[in-house]
Amino acid sequence: MRVDGVTVRFGDVVAVNDVTLSADAGAVTGLIGPNGAGKTTLFDVITGLRRPSAGRVLLDGADVTAKGPHQRSRLGVARTFQRLEVFGSLTVWENVVVALDSRRRPARLATELLDRVGLGEFASRQADTVPTGAARLLELARALATDPRLLLLDEPSSGLDRQETDAFGALLRELTAEGRAVVLVEHDMDLVMGCCDRVHVLNLGQLLTSGTPDEVRSHDGVREAYLG
Amino acid sequence: MTALLAYTIFGLVTGGAYAVVASGLVLTYSTSKVFNVGHGAIGMVMAFLYWELAENRGLPQWLALLVVVGGCAPAFGLLIERFVMRRLAGAPVGVTLVAGVGVLVGLIGAAQVIWPPQARPVRPFLDAFGVHIGQSFVSGHDLVTLACAVLVATGLYLLLNRTRTGLAMRACVDDPALAGLYGIRPTRLSALSWAIGSALAALGGILLTPVVQLDYVTMTLLVITAYTAALVGRLRSLPWTFAGALGLGLVQSYAVAYLPSSQFWIAFRAAIPALLLFVVLLALPQSPLRIGGVKGSRGVAVPNARLTAVTAAVFLAVVLTLALVVDAPVAGQLALGVVFGTVLLSMVLLTGYGGVVSLGQFTFVGVGAVTVARLGTSSPWALLAGAAVAGAVGALVALPALRVRGLYLALATLGFAQLMDKLVLQSPIAFGVRGSLQVPRLAGVGSAQAQLVLAGIVFALVGAGVLAVRRGRLGRRLIAVRDSPAACATLGVNVRWIRVGVFALSAAIAGLAGGLFAQLRETVAASDFQLFNNLPLLLFAVIAGVTSVTGAALGGLLLMLLPLLQSGFPALAGVLVVLLGVAAAGLARDPNGLVSWIFRAWRPS
Repeated sequence: MRVDGVTVRFGDVVAVNDVTLSADAGAVTGLIGPNGAGKTTLFDVITGLRRPSAGRVLLDGADVTAKGPHQRSRLGVARTFQRLEVFGSLTVWENVVVALDSRRRPARLATELLDRVGLGEFASRQADTVPTGAARLLELARALATDPRLLLLDEPSSGLDRQETDAFGALLRELTAEGRAVVLVEHDMDLVMGCCDRVHVLNLGQLLTSGTPDEVRSHDGVREAYLG
Repeated sequence: MTALLAYTIFGLVTGGAYAVVASGLVLTYSTSKVFNVGHGAIGMVMAFLYWELAENRGLPQWLALLVVVGGCAPAFGLLIERFVMRRLAGAPVGVTLVAGVGVLVGLIGAAQVIWPPQARPVRPFLDAFGVHIGQSFVSGHDLVTLACAVLVATGLYLLLNRTRTGLAMRACVDDPALAGLYGIRPTRLSALSWAIGSALAALGGILLTPVVQLDYVTMTLLVITAYTAALVGRLRSLPWTFAGALGLGLVQSYAVAYLPSSQFWIAFRAAIPALLLFVVLLALPQSPLRIGGVKGSRGVAVPNARLTAVTAAVFLAVVLTLALVVDAPVAGQLALGVVFGTVLLSMVLLTGYGGVVSLGQFTFVGVGAVTVARLGTSSPWALLAGAAVAGAVGALVALPALRVRGLYLALATLGFAQLMDKLVLQSPIAFGVRGSLQVPRLAGVGSAQAQLVLAGIVFALVGAGVLAVRRGRLGRRLIAVRDSPAACATLGVNVRWIRVGVFALSAAIAGLAGGLFAQLRETVAASDFQLFNNLPLLLFAVIAGVTSVTGAALGGLLLMLLPLLQSGFPALAGVLVVLLGVAAAGLARDPNGLVSWIFRAWRPS
């Protein structure tokens, strides 16, 4: 996946300014930056929920900027949402089945997927009654139900405790081992630095720097963006 | 040239009155985030009140105007805000809409009780006065109307831009919670906006009475005109709303002047606001998918296939027994109730599961009825043809209308109902203006009792079908699209086709019911399907329960009983309508309706 010179304007405000970055198959790519840096907006652009004011989105070299979200899903893009978007009236199990149905995959896979993210016991609960952490994992299971090649995770670990976060990190490595590209927007720096192969840093809509976790950690501008 | 000038002045005057009404709508909506469907109805009741004071009780016109616009209307706005709308703050659009429709229907009922139908001439203002501009005469009333429009525009501008209250109101538009943190009390501002909004509805209504006459429905439907103007300003901008209103007034005036005066074009003129509504809707950008926040609701338990089959069998046995014991008039009435129940099943699918509020569902019943009537055969295929035509019309409407969501969509369906009523159902290809059509019953289903059994079978089949949809893949998907269209889209669901499909399916069910309705009645006319019939339908759907088949059955029976009760107890006729409105406004929060109470009593656990 490659984002090429993407700009998003809301009226006079430039939320994302000429950002170019890429994410490779089999790797976890981190996307960090302070609140308002444009991370979620960039996810909206990549999934097709928002048209960019300028720039292109490429999947395997093909320009998909004009395609709608459901078409991109069929090309292998899936995401979770920072502000949760579970189907509150359906059960946890049904949430996953909706995603399986849309890809014509059998419903029996739902139990397997829920077990994989550790939600087996929640299967029959109505989705708007589960705790936030569980709802985030449900969104992950639902995204995995489409068997994505590119998985965009928007702050998946908020609402998880330390132990659950560690398990989540292990799951991420499994997913990349299966050859998927994972993009992780995250505030938990331990998780980002521990899991990511590459990290992009956004600040005020612009790409500040890219590099390995170690390179990014020692970058002056990054400290400034976060602290100053 | 003179004629052009005259019609321009007339258009500006009408547009000025529209602008007064529309600006009230915008002010209320932008401050309280509740779209007042009953805005026109408030104007209607207040115009009647003005008639009562100025014409019936002999108060001077200026005093009556002052009492109504300065006292009664704002007080009434405050009451509605306090007791209906405040409880609905933050509720989904469907809920506030239903509450608004409840207020609307209740007000019409109240007006009919207090002021029974009769001619009520209202003297224009400054009757003795007038000026000549060139060859055209501008009456004193026209001048008063224009002056009022200018005063309202100036007053609102000063209020919003030059006062602290106005600043707070504008802050509330952007973020009520945030405004609250700065010491602004959103509830107080919302109350103020309802008071001013109602006063403007009253003023506009009174100014328009010499033009549109005092009539319960015509004035209530002014909300469509006001809404179209407000939509030009995206329900936010007052200057654009004024521009939209003046434009509408001019278009209508020129239409009177320059369109031919044949039957069709007369109907066309009446449909202009609804037509422009569609034009403006099409010009709006597609609404983006809402992102953020878990939405969920608790429906009543969905029976499994076996329970459905058993219940359907019991239902049919009851219908069959009734058909054997009751006489023809009673059987006819029961059949009507079951047919209404089938119409409500279409709303279970669309509104209960899909979360789409339609104010035009009864219009699809009309489409089905016309199709069956025009085919004029007694073959069962006629019923299916009715369903197919209604479904096709539904899909055709859904394509443009479903670009927008929630409130915009519901009001688009209202505009559609108005268009169909004026342009299609009353046209020679359908019923004709005052015409009616004879409809043969199906071969072998001639008696009222047989009609009851037929309606029962159709209801049982469609009901079981709706439940099968709910249990299956399509139902899950429907609810998923309702809860989070954005998530659905990113999971590969084509949200648009799901919405169009379910809209068409629901229209087809309504059309099927329309065919049954036509055959049951044997004579149908355009007046059976006028726009206004849509509103009680929505109210009964919500009161009885729009999320279950049982709710549809109960709602159908209630809908059938309403006119019986009204004709049986004429003194109570209006009171019943008021009660209906109050019940809907109160129950709007719980879409599971009355039947959920019954279910709870049944299974106390």
